[in-house]
Amino acid sequence: MPKQTRIQTKPKYNISRRTNALSPSGIRKFFDLVYSMPDAISLGVGEPDFVTPWHIREYAIESIEKGQTMYTSNSGIIELRKELNKYLKNEYGVDYDPNTEMLVTVGVSEGLDLAMRAIINIGDEVIISDPAYVAYASAVILADGVPVSVPTYESNSFALEAKDVEKYITQKTRAILIGYPSNPTGAVMSKEQLTAIAKLAQKHNLIVVSDEIYSKLVYGVTHTCIASLPGMKEHTVLLNGFSKAFAMTGWRVGYACAPKEIITAMTKIHQYSMMCVSTMGQMAAIEALRNGAESVKEMVDDYSRRRLVIVKGLRDIGLTCFEPKGAFYAFPSIKCTGMTSEEFAEKLLEEEKVAAVPGSAFGKCGEGYIRCSYATSLPKIEEALKRMRRFVNKYRKA
Amino acid sequence: MLKDILKILENDARTSPKQISDMTGMPLTEVTKLIKQAWQDRVILKYKAIVNWDKAENEHVFALIEVKLEPQKDVGFDSVAERIYRFPQARSVYLVSGTYDLLVLVVGKNNHEIANFVSQKLSHIDGVKATNTQFVLKRYKEDGEILEDKEEVNRQQVIL
Repeated sequence: MPKQTRIQTKPKYNISRRTNALSPSGIRKFFDLVYSMPDAISLGVGEPDFVTPWHIREYAIESIEKGQTMYTSNSGIIELRKELNKYLKNEYGVDYDPNTEMLVTVGVSEGLDLAMRAIINIGDEVIISDPAYVAYASAVILADGVPVSVPTYESNSFALEAKDVEKYITQKTRAILIGYPSNPTGAVMSKEQLTAIAKLAQKHNLIVVSDEIYSKLVYGVTHTCIASLPGMKEHTVLLNGFSKAFAMTGWRVGYACAPKEIITAMTKIHQYSMMCVSTMGQMAAIEALRNGAESVKEMVDDYSRRRLVIVKGLRDIGLTCFEPKGAFYAFPSIKCTGMTSEEFAEKLLEEEKVAAVPGSAFGKCGEGYIRCSYATSLPKIEEALKRMRRFVNKYRKA
Repeated sequence: MLKDILKILENDARTSPKQISDMTGMPLTEVTKLIKQAWQDRVILKYKAIVNWDKAENEHVFALIEVKLEPQKDVGFDSVAERIYRFPQARSVYLVSGTYDLLVLVVGKNNHEIANFVSQKLSHIDGVKATNTQFVLKRYKEDGEILEDKEEVNRQQVIL
């Protein structure tokens, strides 16, 4: 019998270049730490602290009891799409054909991925704001596109200005990816600002991919859906979902609305990769649209109170904090401490056990800021502010 | 606005005027003034705790009593209702539509005390035609609060 020699080398896995090109999430390690500290207060999570309203859960349970457990059509349950059509007309004045211009997706996350894969060719450029939600650049890269960051500034309430965007448009620019109300800044763009972006898109024949997941969470201002602006339906991929407004994060239900050709392309990818969204989730979404308005209003009222408390609290500490008009984030500047965002966040967690996300995780322009989510209870927010006051007083320079 | 203040206080009566001012953006003086006025107008009746007596090892018995009335001349049901709600045992008293007229929620230390209240006091009141007592076997929810220990829903680790 031949002698067997055991070779001790590890198997070598070839991870795709595309995946390797994605930058690792800078905040993962940080949050592993948070979850190991039971008395830490987290202002780090971008998720409603509410449980899905009972009537929605109850409706989904009933649908399971009835045995509605099979696949749905690839595009999503037609009743849901019809309800969405009504809802979008009422809320934002946009009219999408439920049969040809809508697709139910696994949250905005899938919608974003599909939109990018459907419209981007290798090397195409997609303009995104800096700072922006962490998934935007990755979605572009996964579609073999090139993300191009356009800086936004606190002095301008972190709005994406058309005149800045125009400087970055090249022959290869294919789309502008925006997300307002914004994660991480809480910024909302005015109708005028969006109109300027819309004109730019039409002038250069670009698609605006608009992530409007926080559209219901606005305070004292009105959300403008960019697709509702003149001539924009033809230039927009509208992405939205149920997670934030209806506190339905775990259900994973979102939707994409776009011109027929784009929806057809997105549906093609969706049917091969996802098939369809979970049936129970879609049933719950139907109930949310039909009877959820009151619950949404209650939650928005609650966020609104917390927003006032956290912004005032941060300013009382002596941090500059522009007024966020949407989502559930405050984005205060921590420049008075002379620390980088990451240093600040790490030290704050270490010394005071308060977790906030360093602004630099969202792009270069986020440096000097931290993202504080107020999707947590008021007593926790108040305690976090107390701890932050102690911390900032200790490290404030001059 | 007063309505906003009342909503906050109804949810947590311990919220201080300063906190309410921070939560609503209303000046502190305005909040204090509106609350004072609400007390004076009896818009706010009382601040009190919702107690789960079962956990405090302090026996309490609750009963819902349906009361049928004989309407009194000129005063209708109100004067009979008053004679009933004056009793401290009557925690809530409602005039209701349907097969009976008053619904009275009574609290006592034990069944005996409630039985006494019904037979000695309630049934002798002028205008009370009949009563039907239902003892509460278990309280699930009180004033919007669930009494069972709630299972904590924990957020799981997600990066977003």
